[in-house]
Amino acid sequence: MQATSHSFKQNAHDALADAQLQKALSKMRPGFQQKRADVVAKLPEFEDLRDRGRDIKNHVLEHLDYYLERFEENVTRHGGKVHWCRNAEEARRTIMEICRSVDAKTVTKGKSMVAEEIGLNEYLEEHGVEPIETDLGEYIIQLRNEPPSHIIAPAIHVNKEQVVEAFRAKHTDLPPNRPLEEVGDITDEARTQLRPKYFAADVGITGANFLIAETGSTVIVTNEGNGDLTQTLAKAHVVVASLEKIVPTLEDASSILRLLARSATGQEFSVYTTFSSGPRRGADLDGPEEFHVVLLDNGRSAMLGTEYQEMLRCIRCSACMNHCPVYAAVGGHAYGWVYPGPMGAVLTPSLIGIDEAGHLPNASTFCGRCEQVCPMRIPLPKMMRHYRAKEYREGKTTPQVRTGLGLWSYFAKRPWLYRQSAKFGAALLGFLGGRKGRIATLPLASGWTSVRDMPAPEGRTFQQLYRMSGHGKKGDRA
Amino acid sequence: MSEARAQILAGIRKSLGRGKLEGEAAAALDRRLASHERILVPKRSEGDQAHKVGLFVEMAEAVQCSVDRLDSLADVPEKLADYLRRENLPAHIRRAGALDTLDIPWEKAPSLTFEGGRAVTEDAVSLTPALAGIAETGTMMLHSAPETPTTLHFVPDTHVVLLKESQIVGAYEDAWDMLRQKFGLKDGAGMPRTVNLITGPSRTGDVEQIIQLGAHGPRRLHILLVKD
Repeated sequence: MQATSHSFKQNAHDALADAQLQKALSKMRPGFQQKRADVVAKLPEFEDLRDRGRDIKNHVLEHLDYYLERFEENVTRHGGKVHWCRNAEEARRTIMEICRSVDAKTVTKGKSMVAEEIGLNEYLEEHGVEPIETDLGEYIIQLRNEPPSHIIAPAIHVNKEQVVEAFRAKHTDLPPNRPLEEVGDITDEARTQLRPKYFAADVGITGANFLIAETGSTVIVTNEGNGDLTQTLAKAHVVVASLEKIVPTLEDASSILRLLARSATGQEFSVYTTFSSGPRRGADLDGPEEFHVVLLDNGRSAMLGTEYQEMLRCIRCSACMNHCPVYAAVGGHAYGWVYPGPMGAVLTPSLIGIDEAGHLPNASTFCGRCEQVCPMRIPLPKMMRHYRAKEYREGKTTPQVRTGLGLWSYFAKRPWLYRQSAKFGAALLGFLGGRKGRIATLPLASGWTSVRDMPAPEGRTFQQLYRMSGHGKKGDRA
Repeated sequence: MSEARAQILAGIRKSLGRGKLEGEAAAALDRRLASHERILVPKRSEGDQAHKVGLFVEMAEAVQCSVDRLDSLADVPEKLADYLRRENLPAHIRRAGALDTLDIPWEKAPSLTFEGGRAVTEDAVSLTPALAGIAETGTMMLHSAPETPTTLHFVPDTHVVLLKESQIVGAYEDAWDMLRQKFGLKDGAGMPRTVNLITGPSRTGDVEQIIQLGAHGPRRLHILLVKD
């Protein structure tokens, strides 16, 4: 897809003014956050599992070439084929060739962020193949002709009335006055519309949550069952997966699966976890006749050995964005590419460069909640800081920011001067705050004060208060 | 695209600052793959078989499965007919071929009619076996084979699973061991084409995060759990 990450500031501004979006986002916090907290509380081993999950992925990344080769061997042994693709263009072309080889008219699709990453739907359409999204959320946004705004809840920015509107506009073969008020009606209508499509599809495309080296299996984790219908009923099953999805054994996958659903939707386990190993066997009565794995690099192998390697542990659970105050305020589209939220703020500049996506690592309050909830313990704030430092080093920050930082570092390197000016500043701001203790306008800070008052300091500086609380004594410098 | 393959592998090795793993380094990874070492198994499913069966039922019901406890296979026909009547469902069933060999007195429920083969879109009810029940999350493991076609697990509105209490294990890893033993899995060979871990009936939360059952897969998942 065409990235608009460079205009993050404008995107965010527009998002804040979008009443429908704000209404939809307001429902997110009680949903995801509460459910995750409840289910995590029921599993005493959860924190230990996070350590082990991190260790598994670290081990895999250090031996990625070995495990990929073993995976390919085992896929081949089951009669499937692995297609190695360096970039989006190679992946698109490979998939198109498979579609041509079975003379495909329609393709059903399970949810796949990698398919979004390579812009697959547009490409298929341009080449005369109709892609049909089957996940309810993906189906809704396909009808609305827009990209997903969340990696596991693609239509989270859409309100029910907007779904009804899209269904009434597109399902014109149905009576216009049919009831569609209940979520059950909407779900049933999508179910009825999509059923025949699964059976008619020539190719079924799914993503993969895991690739298993030991067995050559690809794994999808879903709740709706659309991915399974997609891959079981089509003539050919194409799995599109990025290469860091690999784990060594079924045991490794099981351990990480214990983290995935709990971190994502707050479920103990997702409804369907499906392991696929090759095409239909001899006397099988169903299943795809062909099995292809399109293995995508697209910049990931170059992240190995850098300060961003740890990002490749990500299992795409979405916990970071579900707990992010910035995401909650602006939604996913503002991030301007496939991956939103904190994981997107790190992954997007890694994959498409900081010239396009340099704003994203700045779209953080550094509250640290993303790292607190990340099941794979990815130090997201640290990596965003790396990007900010890189942006500064390469001279890509604005003159205002550079002057501000220069000024601050001048004082910060002179502790006496810093203390004195902080005292003066606190006193001055306290005076400006008056009896209300709030400041309505402030030079150089109108971005802050145009929408809210700034609370005024109450007299003492942070350093003074810190010392008074008994901290900061000699020998207590940690 | 073997050129892409070579280039990706070379790129990985270059980033990692080493060449292709050989000798002892590769052998150590071979051993790790073959050892099937368990990483961390939660304690919740530890205990005797009665505990595992109890936990399985509790967890399965918590995700909207319905569970019927049966004393023997002889009760299957009547209990199944009762369930279908209770839910006002058709008595025509797409039955997995694997169940033909079980000693079930189907004549005890003459209202039921059966058909084998793969599922088609008109099917309302399927009846299949499972390889294992997994107590820790109320999950069932099912596999694909000519006598257990995968479409039966997803196409019909109602999926009924016949499971014996002795098939219930504690953790996912126990189920993998069971699968490896049954199919003689070695170095990846023998893995069934499809293995489904199923935990409750199909659902979605894609409209305003309201959970709705019956998205694309079965609307109902009914378990006939038989003592043995």
